[in-house]
Amino acid sequence: MKRLWQNANTRVALMAGTTAVVMVGAAFAAVPLYNLFCKVTGYGGTTTVAMGEAGAILDREVTVLFDANISRDLPWEFHPVQRSMTVRIGETALAYYTATNTSDHPITGVATYNVAPFKAASYFSKLECFCFTEQTLEPGESVEMPVLFFVDPLLDEESRLDDITTLTLSYTFFETEGDAASSDAAP
Amino acid sequence: MSADAATHDDHTPSMWDWRRWVLSTNHKDIGTMYLVFAIFAGIIGGALSGLMRWELMEPGLQVFNNGFWGNEHNYNVATTMHGLIMIFFMVMPAMIGGFGNWFVPLMIGAPDMAFPRMNNISFWLLPFAFALAVMSMFVPGAGGDMGFGGGWVLYPPLSTSGHNGPAMDLLILSLHIAGVSSILGAINFITTIFNMRAPGMTIHKMPLFVWSVLVTVFLLLLSLPVLAGALTMLLTDRNFGTTFFDPMGGGDPVMYQHLFWFFGHPEVYILILPGFGIISHIVSTFSRKPIFGYLGMAYAMVAIGFIGFIVWAHHMYTVGMPVDLKAYFIAATMVIAVPTGIKIFSWIATMWGGSIEFRTPMMWAIGFIFLFTVGGVTGVVLANAGVDQSLHDTYYVVAHFHYVLSLGAVFAIFAGWYYWFEKIFGVKYNSILARLQFAFFFIGANVIFFPQHFLGLQGMPRRYVDYADGFALWNYVSTVGYMIMLVGMVLFFLVLIDAMIRRRKADANPWGEGATTLEWTLSSPPPFHQFNELPKIK
Repeated sequence: MKRLWQNANTRVALMAGTTAVVMVGAAFAAVPLYNLFCKVTGYGGTTTVAMGEAGAILDREVTVLFDANISRDLPWEFHPVQRSMTVRIGETALAYYTATNTSDHPITGVATYNVAPFKAASYFSKLECFCFTEQTLEPGESVEMPVLFFVDPLLDEESRLDDITTLTLSYTFFETEGDAASSDAAP
Repeated sequence: MSADAATHDDHTPSMWDWRRWVLSTNHKDIGTMYLVFAIFAGIIGGALSGLMRWELMEPGLQVFNNGFWGNEHNYNVATTMHGLIMIFFMVMPAMIGGFGNWFVPLMIGAPDMAFPRMNNISFWLLPFAFALAVMSMFVPGAGGDMGFGGGWVLYPPLSTSGHNGPAMDLLILSLHIAGVSSILGAINFITTIFNMRAPGMTIHKMPLFVWSVLVTVFLLLLSLPVLAGALTMLLTDRNFGTTFFDPMGGGDPVMYQHLFWFFGHPEVYILILPGFGIISHIVSTFSRKPIFGYLGMAYAMVAIGFIGFIVWAHHMYTVGMPVDLKAYFIAATMVIAVPTGIKIFSWIATMWGGSIEFRTPMMWAIGFIFLFTVGGVTGVVLANAGVDQSLHDTYYVVAHFHYVLSLGAVFAIFAGWYYWFEKIFGVKYNSILARLQFAFFFIGANVIFFPQHFLGLQGMPRRYVDYADGFALWNYVSTVGYMIMLVGMVLFFLVLIDAMIRRRKADANPWGEGATTLEWTLSSPPPFHQFNELPKIK
């Protein structure tokens, strides 16, 4: 190995080859880095998960609109209970969605979510959300699912967010991978 | 001993000995094979674009109507494969594999590439990659439709759940193999250029073509592995249940776009940079002046290569980026115009006050400079996120990148072809026919692509088999342009046949005192093994 390293050509080739391998690694490292980047910046409408309530409640109000979508293959009905809600910034609020399994077999789903406009997404903080875990619904079962959230008072300090009067919270339910086979048999 | 070796090495194997080619370790033979391969792939890629222009000549379905070849899906297969074939199997093999292999060792005074056997593998992987790509057009892609029709960018979900057949898998494999070939080639060039320069040939004395290949292969080395990674994720998403790009499992299809364009933007510089090098030599030779601002030219290419890695998201302004991020990518993108401007103005400054001879390669080179500038200007227009919102995925974009690639890179390839033709093949070509080819190409290519600016501004989208009647006029003109360019292509083969039949012996240096690089000190064609005595550079 030492002799190999002493050959000038082999040395350059090994360095170049290593660079190529590192770049393949970098492509895969992009997967967790991209997730981290989205969480930190709210890129693509990624929201924040909060540990405790906001410190202050401001007088400024925002209207939160609720949106619900389901994946094409998922035989559920999924709606927000309330279309919109006006909250004060910093105030903790509770909203509900309902989901109904319209098929004849139990199905497990999980929801992805984002907040528009994207530039304000990182100020939307969730304390509790049905989207944090998988939801299993029996045939015909209908459940109300809570979202406990507040809008971070730091939003008020950003001058480029002065135009924010509405935020749209959007969910999309997908069937989790394990159940894919059973849904094929569904009517 | 050395004299013995020299006489032995001068024994060039026969043209018709298959081992000379299949087992070749000679950089000039491998370079020739790359050039022949690029011509062959170019014919297929060009034929696909012919089918597209034929289809778009009039509104309605002419070609892809289940009569001649397949249905509307196959039109999209044609656009996809035209792009991939022209990029991976025509321009890259011609510029890097062909001219790079031939002239990098000659220009730096090296006897051969650093790893001649690896060079052989680099070439012979390509025909297999190409075969897989061509095969993919004839196996099921989406449902019962043949081939992959999701565009050369291969975006998911169209490339994952959208095309469930084996066509996309073949394409992934094909690009993997082509990528390995290019990465091996890149390692070979880096080693050759770093370690095998003749005594006295310092980095800052290297000819600009060598500089351009050096920057290009660094871009390849850093960007192609990222494509390989992204393609592997596509492959496992398709076949092994991973969800890198599938929101159902927590993935994000937009991440594919980031990975792809982190490769894709450097890739477009990979396609054009060797052309910059070729044009510099030709402009200098036929102006009988050394190139203006040599160091500026070299480092402008380094700067273009570097900035090329930090502007990728300008291809995806419409994915919903925050406005601040767009502002950054606009600014970074526009900065590229600075080193590119340095190159354009230095070429003009080289010509300024020179004793210019309008020989065949010089005509192609000046054609290149003019057309590349047009493509560069529309590029600055598209760099604006606000403008791009409207022009994204319209024919304006198609016109832009064909001005820099179809007219830029391809004109540079033909410029290099006619500059080095005698050196490579050892015979002269008919320059009247070659100039006629230039005339047909220059007029034809402009008639094809200039009207596409109008179509794009009117809102005609890319990648559709049919269009509204209002777009009929300029589409018709564009197809007429294709026919003109086709005549130019026929002339290209006439030049080849004429040179083959007449076999007029080439001069070692047909261009006179303006041609100063080392390859002109050798005979045409050069001896099978050159520089057994390393040349000394003053």
